[in-house]
Amino acid sequence: MIETFFNAAIMVQAWPIILAGLGNTVLLSLLVVPLGLGGGLGLALLSTMRSPWVRWPLMAWVDFFRAFPPLVLLIFLYAGLPFAGLELGGFACVGIAFFLNTGSYYGEVFRAGIESVPAGQIEAARSTGLSRLQALVWVVLPQAVRAVLPDLLSNTLEVVKLTSLASVVALPELLFQARQAQSLTYNPTPIVAAAVVYFLMLWPLVRLLSRLENRAIAGRR
Amino acid sequence: MIRPRMRWCAADWVEAQGALIVRAHGLHKHFGALHVLKGVDLEVAERELVFIIGPSGSGKSTLLRCLNRLETPESGSVAIDGIDLLDRRTDLNHARQRIGMVFQSFNLYPHMTALANVTLALRLVAGKSRAEADAAGRAALARVGLADRAEHRPGQLSGGQQQRVAIARAIALEPRVMLFDEPTSALDPELVGSVLAVMRSLRESGMTMVVVSHEMGFARAAADRVVFMDHGVIVEQGRPAEIFETPSHPRTQAFISQIRQH
Repeated sequence: MIETFFNAAIMVQAWPIILAGLGNTVLLSLLVVPLGLGGGLGLALLSTMRSPWVRWPLMAWVDFFRAFPPLVLLIFLYAGLPFAGLELGGFACVGIAFFLNTGSYYGEVFRAGIESVPAGQIEAARSTGLSRLQALVWVVLPQAVRAVLPDLLSNTLEVVKLTSLASVVALPELLFQARQAQSLTYNPTPIVAAAVVYFLMLWPLVRLLSRLENRAIAGRR
Repeated sequence: MIRPRMRWCAADWVEAQGALIVRAHGLHKHFGALHVLKGVDLEVAERELVFIIGPSGSGKSTLLRCLNRLETPESGSVAIDGIDLLDRRTDLNHARQRIGMVFQSFNLYPHMTALANVTLALRLVAGKSRAEADAAGRAALARVGLADRAEHRPGQLSGGQQQRVAIARAIALEPRVMLFDEPTSALDPELVGSVLAVMRSLRESGMTMVVVSHEMGFARAAADRVVFMDHGVIVEQGRPAEIFETPSHPRTQAFISQIRQH
């Protein structure tokens, strides 16, 4: 049993491969989390506009990409679009898929935050001559982000875990590398190692999230 | 149809004092099916303090909010200090610097210090440098008696102090007119006095003020004119003594006797 799942010799052999995968997972996260945050912020700001010409397409967009499984989206971009003569490469496909999918999720989180800020805040800002955008950026957003910080963090956790999807388009991130090592060594130990690495990477974030949530609960009392 | 009685209006005041700062004519406003303003005229002269009283739902707050276009009337005209607020070409954000507003619920920015609350618009709208804005902001806080609270957050201040910071935020922009929307209604009784004292000193400095409030004592002592609104029209207006002691319209009489019982 220990020989199969926790084989030390294989661990030593696979370690450099896993480490390279970890590096790529971190890089990938550093790409897709800001992309999703930026996209989500843009969507949330657009959603504050009252015009139906903005509201309806926006709602359709967000609904569509939240209902579209990200794995299907990714495979479509990677394996489907070439049939239309559009070859994007694994990295670009992951970037676009995450922008569309996680951006919509982040967008809903930001929107909830913005709506939690009392209307009087915007009125006060506008009454002193701030433009709508200035009022949103300086007065509303800082309060909105604070209100939804636990949700933003929990969404970010999901996004980092989702980067393992990139393995299906042969991007050498943590899971992909672990599977490579597994097939090279005929042993599942690298997969276990990858799981441990994921855990060690995300556990501090999970702890931080719990603390934020507890603080939010305490604040509500 | 009620014919407003004009025993003392801005025109008399203009003769005595100076130019008109507020000129609002024929304002109509609906909220859905509700007709909130039914053709309201209001003129306020420079240095005049006008009190607007009336039962809740009478349209007094809506009227006030039309004067800086937080609400847009469907018809009529609003000009503040000669600037037409309903003209599409008017730079509303620029015009609003001249119109200070104080809200019932203070609406201070909770994530900023008192000083940052005051200086935000000074930097973003009036285009002052941080140093200039800080100096002007501290001066404004000093005027409301809160120089020593500049670094406090709203959550660390009493309601009365918060409302005075809100007044400082408005006067720092050196407005031509100040609008007060029930500035003391959300305050504990013992904190009302400090806010009224600041309003009184503003008045003494010559600020033009339009106040929606039921603080009768303050109105008597400081107001030049009291306007009584009901059901979206101005029913009656005149000097405070006239409106409070000898109101001529039955609806005014009923309202005055009602608030007197409190």
